[in-house]
Amino acid sequence: MSLQASAVESGGQPGPGEDVPEKKGSSGGGFRSRATDLLSGSAGRNLGLVIALLLLCLIGLITAGDRFANVDNMMTVLRLASVIGVVSVGMTFVITGGGIDLSVGAIVALASVWATTLATQTMATDVHWILMVTTALAVGAGCGLVNGLLIAYGRMAAFIVTLAMLAAARGLAELIADKKTQVVTVGPFLDFFRGSLLGVPRLVIIFALVAVAGWILLNRTAYGRRTLAVGGNPEAARLAGINVKRHQTSLYVLLGVACGIAAVMLMARTTAGTSTHGTLYELDAIAAVVIGGTLLSGGRGTIVGTVFGVLIFTTLTNVFTLNNLDTSTQAVAKGAIIVIAVLLQQRVAARSTPG
Amino acid sequence: MSATARSRRTRTLTRIGALTAVAALAVGCTSNTPAEESNGGGDDGGTTAVSANDDPGETVTIGFSGPEADHGWLAAINSAAREEADKYEDIEFDIAEGTNDPSAQIAHIESFISKGVDAIVLLPTDGAALTEAATEAMQAGIPVVNVDREFSNEFAARVTILGDNYGMGVSAGTYACQLVEENDLGDAVIAEIAGIDSLPLTQDRSQGFEDALSECGQDVDRRVAAEFTVESGEAAASNLLQAANEIDIIWNHDDDQGVGVKAAFENADRDEFFFIGGAGSANAMRWIEAGEMEATVLYPPTQAADGVRLARLLAQDKGLSDLVQVEVPRRIVLNAPVVTADNVEQYMPLGFES
Repeated sequence: MSLQASAVESGGQPGPGEDVPEKKGSSGGGFRSRATDLLSGSAGRNLGLVIALLLLCLIGLITAGDRFANVDNMMTVLRLASVIGVVSVGMTFVITGGGIDLSVGAIVALASVWATTLATQTMATDVHWILMVTTALAVGAGCGLVNGLLIAYGRMAAFIVTLAMLAAARGLAELIADKKTQVVTVGPFLDFFRGSLLGVPRLVIIFALVAVAGWILLNRTAYGRRTLAVGGNPEAARLAGINVKRHQTSLYVLLGVACGIAAVMLMARTTAGTSTHGTLYELDAIAAVVIGGTLLSGGRGTIVGTVFGVLIFTTLTNVFTLNNLDTSTQAVAKGAIIVIAVLLQQRVAARSTPG
Repeated sequence: MSATARSRRTRTLTRIGALTAVAALAVGCTSNTPAEESNGGGDDGGTTAVSANDDPGETVTIGFSGPEADHGWLAAINSAAREEADKYEDIEFDIAEGTNDPSAQIAHIESFISKGVDAIVLLPTDGAALTEAATEAMQAGIPVVNVDREFSNEFAARVTILGDNYGMGVSAGTYACQLVEENDLGDAVIAEIAGIDSLPLTQDRSQGFEDALSECGQDVDRRVAAEFTVESGEAAASNLLQAANEIDIIWNHDDDQGVGVKAAFENADRDEFFFIGGAGSANAMRWIEAGEMEATVLYPPTQAADGVRLARLLAQDKGLSDLVQVEVPRRIVLNAPVVTADNVEQYMPLGFES
């Protein structure tokens, strides 16, 4: 209950809000068993990530000073994290459920292109910009449904199906857009999504809402428990009375919808829909999810970890740019930091697991 | 032959043609002599009478292979080449599916050789990787026109036609120097948003920029690299703006990613700098017209179209009519002019929709 409340309150970063109080509790001593419980729970699993992110922020603070530690920059980091963040939250569900989706970037591209065609934009101008949003969501959900049906009922490997979708969706996006950049001209759409609420960009708020909803869905509902069961042992889940195929399909639809949301956010961020949107999102999202501590083989998943994974990547690029580092150095440092983050996380998790 | 010059000439010729037609009509009322001149001039001014070069000759087959058009500039390159080929009834255009896989492109060249095409226009995904295949074609007696990305060997191409990436950087840098002087910026804060950093073309552009800036005692204070996509442009520019509170001049290598770069400026509510672009998309030209962008440096998307024309001349044993030399030259490097509010109208027809 309290976990849920604190996650909701902390908005943009459900992670820290959830972990920090627990950390204090454990270092305060006394409630040893409770502390061990918590450490072996989500806090323990994410402690390594918290340390990694804090270290990164410390480096940013030391090397770039005020330029790093100001509200504007923090909001920029969060805004840049929000699009890939929404996709990664969706990806967490699919991976936890024992699947994989390589087509997320292509689906984002297709949804963004479909929602910004001249026809859609004309309709949106005449009626309401919400039409662009529903178009993107419908395209995302549709692609997810095709993925899910082929995987669950067509008994094809998720890797193959989504690889095919990656090619097909991006190809279709290129055909629709004629490989051109479709600039968004619907003013109210841009005004709404590029605006901010109490100083927080709306994109960041959307990311926060998606993350919180994802956290509740995975940790506090029957749907989440079924996802864990299906990912951990599909046969056992089937014997326990779960409709495994239907559940698997729904996971891909869920991710498809997340891609649709991401497409809308990206259209607002870049003021355009193009077939090059979402390039390499599949890698970024899977990396963020796995670094976050979700098992690639399924059966265990953490939304908080995923959010941290995304934030670590985005903060990294920000700190690099503030320090004017060239791209080659960035690549080397990125590789090193991924390994350090995972090592830290494993160490801390191993120590805090009882027995 | 630059497209601008061509279009200007087309216009002039059309005008002359129209005048002749009017004159002929007037004459026609009073006399019975058929108005011969009006036929060519009135219908399609540009394609006749410039020189014998544009007259239909023997029909030649030209094979064309280029990278996948996953980028506005490349899409413009391909469509311009196709349109140019369509203009000539004596060109049989054999266009291979665009690909980013060098081995697939090598297969294209091999099939062109076995088909026995008269000339090949090749925009390689990777110049070095395609050198061998192009050399084979040359040895088989098929002239190869190398477009934009150079082979690693002189003998692999009969003609090489290049945009000038280093020249783009120089043009941008020289223009930046001019801005510094005109606006008395002193030691200006100059930022650069590059494209994909591992590509030689990006390195050439950056080198040219740096060299030109050092001529007027300036340097690049901040540099980020994007990936030629709208999204990467927005992300790179957002971080860049956070890195410096005050920027005087920003040069962005590519107008396609420029859509994202410009969105980042709006997102951060920043416009204290001069914004210079690169490539010359139609979007950029419109921004320049509307005063939302200072300038852009052209990288012509008509190189492959010029390549097709040159291939036709080679296959028909013709030379470049504007040169005294009877053979087509071995190497043509296109200029990288700066487009500003003053001359944007002139360059608008060259702007590609991206």
